[in-house]
Amino acid sequence: MALELLKSAAIPQAVRVYPSLLRSRLYAIVGLALLLIVVIILTTAVGSTDIPLATLRDAFLSKIPFLNIQQAWANSVETIIFQIRLPRLILAGLVGAALAVAGTAYQGLFRNPLADPYLIGVAQGAALGAVIGFLLPATWQTASIPLLAFLGAVLAVAFVYFIARVGKTLPMTTLILAGVALGAFLSAISYYLMIASADKLHGIISWLLGTFSMASWWQVAMVTPYIFSGITIIWLHARALNVMQLDEDQAQQLGINVEQVKLILLAAATLITAAAVCFCGIIGFVGIIIPHAVRLVWGPDHRFLLPLATLSGATFLILADAAARTLLAPTEIPIGIITAFLGAPFFLYLLRQKKRAIF
Amino acid sequence: MLTLRLQHVSLGYGKRTVLNDISFQTMPGEMLGIIGPNGSGKSTLIKGISHVITPSAGHIFLDGLNVAGTSRTKLARLIAVVPQNPPLPELFTAFEMVLMGRTPHLGLFRYETEKDYAIAYRAMQLTNTLQLAQRRIGELSGGERQRITIARALAQEPMAILLDEPTAHLDINYQIETLDLARKLCKEQKLIVVTTLHDLNLAAQYCDRLVMLSNGKIHSEGTPQNVINVQAIKEVYGADVYVYPHPLNNLPTTFVAPNRKGANHQKQ
Repeated sequence: MALELLKSAAIPQAVRVYPSLLRSRLYAIVGLALLLIVVIILTTAVGSTDIPLATLRDAFLSKIPFLNIQQAWANSVETIIFQIRLPRLILAGLVGAALAVAGTAYQGLFRNPLADPYLIGVAQGAALGAVIGFLLPATWQTASIPLLAFLGAVLAVAFVYFIARVGKTLPMTTLILAGVALGAFLSAISYYLMIASADKLHGIISWLLGTFSMASWWQVAMVTPYIFSGITIIWLHARALNVMQLDEDQAQQLGINVEQVKLILLAAATLITAAAVCFCGIIGFVGIIIPHAVRLVWGPDHRFLLPLATLSGATFLILADAAARTLLAPTEIPIGIITAFLGAPFFLYLLRQKKRAIF
Repeated sequence: MLTLRLQHVSLGYGKRTVLNDISFQTMPGEMLGIIGPNGSGKSTLIKGISHVITPSAGHIFLDGLNVAGTSRTKLARLIAVVPQNPPLPELFTAFEMVLMGRTPHLGLFRYETEKDYAIAYRAMQLTNTLQLAQRRIGELSGGERQRITIARALAQEPMAILLDEPTAHLDINYQIETLDLARKLCKEQKLIVVTTLHDLNLAAQYCDRLVMLSNGKIHSEGTPQNVINVQAIKEVYGADVYVYPHPLNNLPTTFVAPNRKGANHQKQ
């Protein structure tokens, strides 16, 4: 009965086309996934040594059992592809996806277009943790910097959460203000420590601007569980995020357990952001412009916004990292500089193209 | 018989009590109006019935079910609210907004089916909003948003609809249109409709029964003829008015006259 109703010619175009509109957004997800694969392949090929695509293809195929493809390329090429570039690409993709999804979730939760994953103290907490890590003996640093950065990020948000909590509710404005205040306090400590240890300044600033130059499979293995589970949890709450774009009273009156959803999304977004920054530093701009760019092109429905932001964030950061390691090779540009330098003009272009409400 | 029943309900925010010992009941097909001056607790009552705030005393029952002990999802399938001037995300289309009314039937993780589209379609048909379906919320007028919000409430397929000042900030044509619609839904769809109103004349014209709040308590309740009179309005609002029967239907109609004594004094 319902099906026939929707097919009837009396139904306005807008209602009849809605399912096909959803399908077209689904195609966009498939399209972006394919684009991501292409970008991964192409950026594996470029770098200090360019690798011919045919070699790259054979190198990948040789990993598939039973094809029996003989290695016709140097061992150094094998190392560059599988031990240097691939882990680095995958890590950049994971971090880009995490920051974009966390940014989308924060913007949705706070109903604020200025929100980004670093809004409530993650960045400043991670930075202080990393700075302390840099001050520890050099032999500990590979482990201590990411561990302390991760802990700093999570503890900062946990602290802000308990400050802002009133009884059983969490007023979002108080949360932002508490986050900004704690962030300033933690930054003050970080800056003091940086100035007091001038010899480590270069390393610290490179870390703060973000870099994937130390990426390894081990790092990929460490962050993947957090980022995958966090992103999945956020995806599952896409409908709730849509309804929460009304306000909290309306969301409750539509059956959403608002306080529970807020807590779950905050925890998930914080964990994936902490995992994203702990190895590669505070990469700016991805978490704020990718959600907006995706929203501008495909609309505000989080069921599509979140997967599209995941794929766009990954693609964007892989490309930015490729630029970071090739533009001034052999010198590496900190990736935070690239994301802002390439991302900002593109975003301004999008704003100019669509001169309507953006949020 | 399906009823909405309040028993000695007290409501407030934190330690501040806004409403004290409120009792009344209503049933499908009866349009119930809540009137009273600013700050008398009209909106608080709507929030209490929809369990955005929990009563500090007393109970609210819908169809024998205690509202405070019911899960949000289940409650949203029974009671829909049309808030006063609600903030709505501008980028969603009107159709998407109405579909949000299906949320309590879908839970968090299921997608809409053809059935949900059909229900949203019927809700828009009833509220005369189909032509707006593809427009973005940000492009709609106040009256159109109001009707979309009512369509969203209908898409919840509730037993009761609570309207909070549905005519505030609307031009007179939209005031009539909105209340005509509310009354039609009440009578034809056999819904419980509770609406707060600050305009006494609209309240008298559209509601079958009125509850007049004053200082957090019920001052009086009954038919418009029983509730709206010169003495009650003096007591509750502290205003001197004139009440005459409406020329078409004899319902009590309130007239104001400016207090010109001061001006006259100056002239003399």
